[in-house]
Amino acid sequence: MAEIIAGVACSHVPAIGVAIDQGKTDEPYWQPLFQGFERSREWMSELKPDVAIVVYNDHATAFSLEMIPTFALGCADAFQPADEGWGPRPVPLVQGHPELAWHIAQSVILDEFDLTIVNRMEVDHGLTVPLSLMCGQPDAWPCPVIPLCVNVVQYPPPTGNRCFNLGKAIRRAVQSFDRDLRVVIFGTGGMSHQLQAQRAGLINPVFDNQFMDELVSNPESVTRIPHVDYLREAGSEGIELVMWLVMRGALDAEVRQVHRHYHVPASNTAVGHLILENIR
Amino acid sequence: MNQKHPYDDIPGTYVFDAEQSRKGYHLNMFCMSLRHRDNRDAFGADEAAYLDRYPMSPEQRAAVLARDWNGMLRLGGNIYYTSKLAAKDGITFQELAARMTGVSDEDYRNMMLAGGRPIEGNRYTWEWDNG
Repeated sequence: MAEIIAGVACSHVPAIGVAIDQGKTDEPYWQPLFQGFERSREWMSELKPDVAIVVYNDHATAFSLEMIPTFALGCADAFQPADEGWGPRPVPLVQGHPELAWHIAQSVILDEFDLTIVNRMEVDHGLTVPLSLMCGQPDAWPCPVIPLCVNVVQYPPPTGNRCFNLGKAIRRAVQSFDRDLRVVIFGTGGMSHQLQAQRAGLINPVFDNQFMDELVSNPESVTRIPHVDYLREAGSEGIELVMWLVMRGALDAEVRQVHRHYHVPASNTAVGHLILENIR
Repeated sequence: MNQKHPYDDIPGTYVFDAEQSRKGYHLNMFCMSLRHRDNRDAFGADEAAYLDRYPMSPEQRAAVLARDWNGMLRLGGNIYYTSKLAAKDGITFQELAARMTGVSDEDYRNMMLAGGRPIEGNRYTWEWDNG
């Protein structure tokens, strides 16, 4: 039986990818941010998961306004890192796990989560930056990856509650897969940030830290945060945080917090990071 | 005051909702096209001619040509799309943010290093109107 053993929450700021790719991680601006992920890379290399499900959002890369799936699951053999306008990141090809991905798709659809199945999709910094933060700069990513792309660009994104319940459905799907696989799930994006218009640069560490506290120990309360509160308190792009709830929903009600890191700023954004393990 | 959406009283923010998306479709799809180098080159060679491919409003067209970043957002642009135009111009996301907020790159960068724009005083439009 496959099982989800741990969850990772992690921001996916594009400038972090640039800093890694250009060897700037030791610069004074970046060093405090990357220091907080040293422990995470050790944890990841010790965990040796068989598969990573990465919940992220596409930033007008694979999807445009032509098609806006609310939830899209990558079922392909592999996913090419995208050229987002300044050349593709120099990172390995993302190998998929089509067998488990298709199983999850069938299972959650029959569980009444009507997600979109994607057989061809380039992946942007939303997916590759968290992989870089957790895995460093290997020649190949340490495990296959199943991308789960959530619309958070076109308002409204799915509710936090919907995301949380999808996480639970993914957990049931993984548990019904008849191979022994140890699966880690990433919820990415956030934390507070606003990239647009006159209020750009908004950061709200009180909201962010309370969000992390509650996500760990009382996630049901987080599922009730209305969209307008994310927009107002965490900034118009801070609403990406609903994706962390997919990850949390896929874990046990009680989890062990292995690691936590918070840093301001990465470019325009507050970076938050959690590693949570199921207690067993 | 009659408020149409619960988020209308957030200052300095354009929520990319259905109305904005309908209004900005062609503007955003123009920006999307700049993801590809050959399109960036074609746009760079003759901006006005390239824009003829996209049935935008005269206001949207003028905002693009003038690089009126907030104007584009007001007219239905989405930041993840308009940032592709900025990238084509060699402007980073942080420099773009500085322009939209009307401060110098250095002042914006220093604001972020000091912890960003605080939430206090920036939740409601009335907090700005009185300032």
